[in-house]
Amino acid sequence: VAATLPVTPYDATQPMQSTAQVAQHSEPPPRQRRVPWADAAFAIAAHGAAWITLLLLAGIIASLVVGAWPAIREYGLSFLWRSEWDPVNDQYGGLVMIYGTLATSFIALVIAVPVSFGIAVFLTELSPNWLRRPLGVAVELLAAVPSIVYGMWGLMVFGPILATYVQQPAQALFANVPVLSGLVSGAPVGIGILSAGIILAIMVIPFIASVMRDVFEVTPPMLKESAYGLGATTWEVVSRVVLPYTKTGVVGGIMLGLGRALGETMAVTFVIGNFNQLDNLSLFAAANSITSVIANEFAEATPGLHQASLMYLGLVLFFITFVVLAFSKLLLSRLKRGEGART
Amino acid sequence: MSVTTLDASRLAMHAKRKRVNAVALTLSLVAMAFGLFWLAWILFETIRLGIGGLAISVFTEMTPPPNATTGGLANAIVGSGVMVFLATAIGTPIGVLAGVYLAEYGQRTWLGRVTQFINDILLSAPSIVIGLFIYAVVVARFRSFSAFAGVLALSLIVIPVVVRTTENMLVLIPNALREAAYALGTPKWKVIMSVTLKAARAGVITGVLLALARIAGETAPLLFTALSNQFFSLNLGEPMANLPVTIFKFAMSPYENWRELAWAGVFIITLGVLALNILARVFLRNKH
Repeated sequence: VAATLPVTPYDATQPMQSTAQVAQHSEPPPRQRRVPWADAAFAIAAHGAAWITLLLLAGIIASLVVGAWPAIREYGLSFLWRSEWDPVNDQYGGLVMIYGTLATSFIALVIAVPVSFGIAVFLTELSPNWLRRPLGVAVELLAAVPSIVYGMWGLMVFGPILATYVQQPAQALFANVPVLSGLVSGAPVGIGILSAGIILAIMVIPFIASVMRDVFEVTPPMLKESAYGLGATTWEVVSRVVLPYTKTGVVGGIMLGLGRALGETMAVTFVIGNFNQLDNLSLFAAANSITSVIANEFAEATPGLHQASLMYLGLVLFFITFVVLAFSKLLLSRLKRGEGART
Repeated sequence: MSVTTLDASRLAMHAKRKRVNAVALTLSLVAMAFGLFWLAWILFETIRLGIGGLAISVFTEMTPPPNATTGGLANAIVGSGVMVFLATAIGTPIGVLAGVYLAEYGQRTWLGRVTQFINDILLSAPSIVIGLFIYAVVVARFRSFSAFAGVLALSLIVIPVVVRTTENMLVLIPNALREAAYALGTPKWKVIMSVTLKAARAGVITGVLLALARIAGETAPLLFTALSNQFFSLNLGEPMANLPVTIFKFAMSPYENWRELAWAGVFIITLGVLALNILARVFLRNKH
């Protein structure tokens, strides 16, 4: 070691001396320090862009609060459980729309969660390898179809079919059953809470399914192989190994889907019927959701209490989706951290 | 005796487990078929009803009054094209820069973590709320609906999509590449511009294409920003016709000719959006 030590500095300085000599005689390397401010400018631009994202959120909340202020001052929190919505007499309450939003999203989740789970199980455990990619892409394409297409299809194609083949038979079947007959009453045109819920389900299935597929793939193969080695069936591996390991991620995926369903506008606006009263609980009665009432009324609303009430509804919607999505993100990131700790 | 009952119960248990497994896997198969069924049905109806309304006049003539015999969607198609293009042009640089910040500067800072969190929420936030925001900030201030407001609303939807993909792609670039560039004395901005961003180019372009696909069909944020326009207009200061809002208006109307045009419009949008998505995927796969 001692013998090599003096050699190293000697070798290292040798080329440096020669470049210094060369530099004295020829032009200095031109490209190096020509723009000393570029680094700082670029860093500032990148920081600024990140800040824009944050300011965007702050701006959305601030503008909604300011816009909704007349309604907040007028009704306070009682806006949330007042059910009148009467632009003629300038009386507003959000209960009908909040109910519509929650009910349609609930129906959507009831349908979408088991189906998405099935799709995720199929894609991770059952599908032959060559089919996995095309099927995954097909599911993702379902997510890419614009919501207005779903809405149009729901209104003109699906709604009438639902009315003819589900609502009318159900009405005949439950004609004399007290609660159920109320649940299916209404004109057989196929619009209302149920069709909106079903279409929302179709729309959120791809979101939930692809998150579930991604988190299922996080399960260490070693765990699954051990279970298979002990003689577990595919279903036992999924339900006792994969699902417990990924449950936070699965719930995160469901929350993501819920966030999407709550905020979806066009598909719901087309099929929910846009009716501002809640006089029965029929699944086939025309109703309204927060998004659909804003979509329908905002452009024509008179500035004043009407517009402020719509803004208030927007604020409520943003608050609910924000909480749901933040929860979802938290759960998903916890799964990621857990994965890091384990490997 | 006890051995045979034990055997029998084991066999029964085994049979039961196999049965449960078969049922569960069949249900999973059914779920997959269920998902694909809707995709196929929606595409089928869109093509069937859309092709019926499709004609050259759709691309050459303006939106007609109710019950007219002629008319097309030319002004709406051009308007949508203009707004989507401008929104992407505004949103992409901001999105890419913010993505660069998250991947290259803010990995372990509070600003980075908070931005990442907020960005993921904005990614799924209701687009109609973006419309309300732009209404309050732009439309209410200038006292008129304008295409410019629509462009801004759409660009706010572009940003989170581009941020997400840019960050994801930059994080995949091996650190050795950065270190090699730094070792040559390259300043950081140059490392990012000509090494890491260049290496992640395919991914970034994919993100932009996905963002394009996302806003091409967005309706909710345009309803009370760009509104719609019955006539051809390229003036950003006044309402501009666009496909999604025109489809909404036409589809909800009782007029047969409007409904037919709405289907043609839906067909055009679906085709465009799916093509963009497939293009984005092909692009990304070829580069990896």
